[in-house]
Amino acid sequence: MRYLPKSPSERKQMLDATGAGSIENLFQSIPEKFRLREALPLPGPLSETEIIRYFQARAAENAQGYSSFLGAGVYQHFRSVVTDALVQRGEFLTSYTPYQAEISQGTLTAIFEFQTLVCQLTGQDVANASMYDGSTALTEAVLMAERITGRHRVLIARSVHPEYRQVLHTYAKNLGLAIEEIGYTQSGQMNASEISPEKLADAAAIIVQSPNFFGVLEDVPALGKMAHDSGALLIGCIAEAVSLGIVRPPAEADIVAMEGQSLGLAPSYGGPYVGVVATREKFVRQMPGRLAGETRDAQGRRGFVLTLATREQHIRREKATSNICTNEALCALTATIHLCLLGKEGLREMALQNLAKARFAQAELEKIPGVRRVFSGPSFNEFVLEFPRSVKLINAQLMRDKIIGPLPLGLHYPELTKRAVVCVTELTSREEIERLAAAIKRILETPL
Amino acid sequence: MSLKTTESETPAASGEAREHVSLNEGLIFEKSSPGKRGVELPPLDVPAVDPAAALGKAFARDAIEGFPEVSEIETIRHFTRLSGWNYAIDLGMYPLGSCTMKYNPRVNEHVARLDGLANAHPEQHADLAQGCLRILHDLEKCLLSITGMDAATLQPAAGAQGELAGLLMIRAYLESQGNARKKVLIPDSAHGTNPASVIIAGYEVQNIKSNERGQIDTDHLREFCTGDVAALMLTNPNTLGVFEERIEEIAAILHERGALLYMDGANMNALAGVVRPGDFGVDVMHLNLHKTFSTPHGGGGPGSGPVLVKKFLEPFLPIPVVRHDGKRYGYDPKRPQSIGRVRAYCGNFGVLLRALAYTLAYGPGIRQATEDAVLNANYIRKHLEEYFDLPYELPSLHEVVFSDARQRAHGVNTMDIAKRLIDYGFHPYTTAFPLIVPGALMVEPTESESKEECDRFIEAMQAIAREAEANPELVKTAPHATRVGRLDEVTAARKPILRWKP
Repeated sequence: MRYLPKSPSERKQMLDATGAGSIENLFQSIPEKFRLREALPLPGPLSETEIIRYFQARAAENAQGYSSFLGAGVYQHFRSVVTDALVQRGEFLTSYTPYQAEISQGTLTAIFEFQTLVCQLTGQDVANASMYDGSTALTEAVLMAERITGRHRVLIARSVHPEYRQVLHTYAKNLGLAIEEIGYTQSGQMNASEISPEKLADAAAIIVQSPNFFGVLEDVPALGKMAHDSGALLIGCIAEAVSLGIVRPPAEADIVAMEGQSLGLAPSYGGPYVGVVATREKFVRQMPGRLAGETRDAQGRRGFVLTLATREQHIRREKATSNICTNEALCALTATIHLCLLGKEGLREMALQNLAKARFAQAELEKIPGVRRVFSGPSFNEFVLEFPRSVKLINAQLMRDKIIGPLPLGLHYPELTKRAVVCVTELTSREEIERLAAAIKRILETPL
Repeated sequence: MSLKTTESETPAASGEAREHVSLNEGLIFEKSSPGKRGVELPPLDVPAVDPAAALGKAFARDAIEGFPEVSEIETIRHFTRLSGWNYAIDLGMYPLGSCTMKYNPRVNEHVARLDGLANAHPEQHADLAQGCLRILHDLEKCLLSITGMDAATLQPAAGAQGELAGLLMIRAYLESQGNARKKVLIPDSAHGTNPASVIIAGYEVQNIKSNERGQIDTDHLREFCTGDVAALMLTNPNTLGVFEERIEEIAAILHERGALLYMDGANMNALAGVVRPGDFGVDVMHLNLHKTFSTPHGGGGPGSGPVLVKKFLEPFLPIPVVRHDGKRYGYDPKRPQSIGRVRAYCGNFGVLLRALAYTLAYGPGIRQATEDAVLNANYIRKHLEEYFDLPYELPSLHEVVFSDARQRAHGVNTMDIAKRLIDYGFHPYTTAFPLIVPGALMVEPTESESKEECDRFIEAMQAIAREAEANPELVKTAPHATRVGRLDEVTAARKPILRWKP
């Protein structure tokens, strides 16, 4: 087997050295009745050629060569080949968690840069080395708010990503944490008038996402004031990080939970992505996850180490701030390299292109009779449209034109049937947008 | 460059090449200069929009202060230089006990990047994602076959999240039986994630002591396994690399009292193809695909922590659940007893597909990998037991745990030996874990090491054992051959500097 570096004679020499007599004897501590006598019924072994063929066949069973207007938490943005070439260096790819700082300075330095970039993007003081994804980052942010305030109830906007809310419910169920969902207005923003002083009195946090699941920007400063006036925290969630190139960061938030997939990571059918928790300096000891910090060696040379580990499970066990151990370090490295390449001007330009193309697409689609925009609030690269018939039916017909249509909202919002959230990024060409508009127009002109 | 010493004496004067450019690479922010960039986008093909006008002034932001401005080549050099400061499996042996740092096959990286897979959106219609769904389904079947369990979820993003998902399923099951119970038993040799996960699942931790052989004390277990115990979380083989010989009795004690047996599968590399946890009484277990199934650790993640369960727990699996109806793959729409969603979308798909590529490469031959891993650990044990104290003498499977008892007599501890190992070109073994061995040296070579590499490691460890006696100071001040020496962790924690500032 090509992955195993031993010849039969080497195996024999090594076995002889152990004195065990046989390989079977090495497993003598396992009760004999449980030891397998037959080979497992697994497919394979496959050569490299066969492995590639298997996965090429699977790739061909998926959509290929389609125009897609799906966003809703996962975004198709430009990714430089430079980023992937660097990420694939074995020194990054095949290294362990940087507990042994002297021989992990590459990873640690990059984490320190990642933490800095996230702080710059989000307007927060400190950021951790990564969480699993946006959904679990949000949940960890809520648990953190609970620890900080000592309160056990949160108010979350229904305009927060529905799957993020589901994850929060799964975690909260057994922790005595009450979750109250707050509706949205005609602008598509969180309905602040539903948040009464009574509701806020014992709330740990208000949770809002901006841009939200409808693509609408939320009034973060106003929500921040509301939360702070009653001793609650504001948690700002971000699922589309590219927006931060032109959209004001949630500076009033006390904790930011962000999904970093847009920053150079492939959609990859749902993961791996990179979550992140960022916060104010005073809350750093309540943070979950790993943190890299700057320090020096005995000669005064600058270096980086994992620090404040007394928050973490390998030291504190049941008293830790979180159970997270393995995080998404390589994805954080990908985002770091991607952001360095884009730089100050590139990120802004990318965000501006998203905005311009989304506005163009919105105008083109609104020209179709019966199609109208649903929410009046400001949006970035996603917007919700209402159609005169079922979005599922429209999407099924679009598939024939090799177009993946917008995400129907009815599944998560029963009151929003016939509505869908359209996503356009800098990678969507004008021609694709025009083709989508023409196809929808044609579909709607055809009687049911 | 701030790598230079803060004192006036220059390291260059001592003959060390500290001025070398690749050793003195600064932070990316320190290389920044206005107007540079590493990416150019195609020209905009629709009318431009003024952000302040389009979003409203209150929502628009100006350029981000301090954000890097560097060219493509500078970015490449920066990260290439940084990469040189890392140790990696591609460079040599990584004997980290309990971490299973094995070879990460390159073909797995290639297939993860195929267009139809890497660019698949998790919300695309199942008809346009049949390839992804089949990959998930095929992997599920392989993992069930290897573990002897009945049903699986591939959702959890890492081992710790797998633990939580497994515990939530146990809770949901017990609740459906009328009583969720209160406590989960954790042996003192367990990984720290176990007790931390128990708390998030809403249970109390009851620690139980190992016996003098490093195994579960079954009398002790009987005593603690009262009616309010939901489960025992057991790592098997345990963190000493030893199989729980009385596993059948352990499972029976739990089951008699209505409690479940959870197995932390972190050490599955000792068992794959040889024995199946489903056969020895395990009700729930998780796997770490970034350990046993070779997906790259990437400096700390991403991982993946599938959970495998017995039939009676199947209704409680987190959503979504992939099903095949004989013709087509899709998601099971009705899961009324599910614990819910533990992560957005369908797990770390890119990690899952790499694990499938690994499993397909071996097929039934996965047993050979297990045998080689166990052979390597025993070979190393044999050659080092004269030099290092072996606190528990039971037979080792995939890893062996020594202690620094002999070296401590010379003032040298496990961390010193680990740091000295760096000078010999190896990554340290796991230090100071498991907690039941004071001054532990936990060595897991994996199957990826040749006889030659094992011999080199043995020679290095023997040499350090001799140094600890003859020249303890040399060991205590190691490493000597790295870019930076031992770093001041105390100051780092007391006065945290967690980001660059201009």
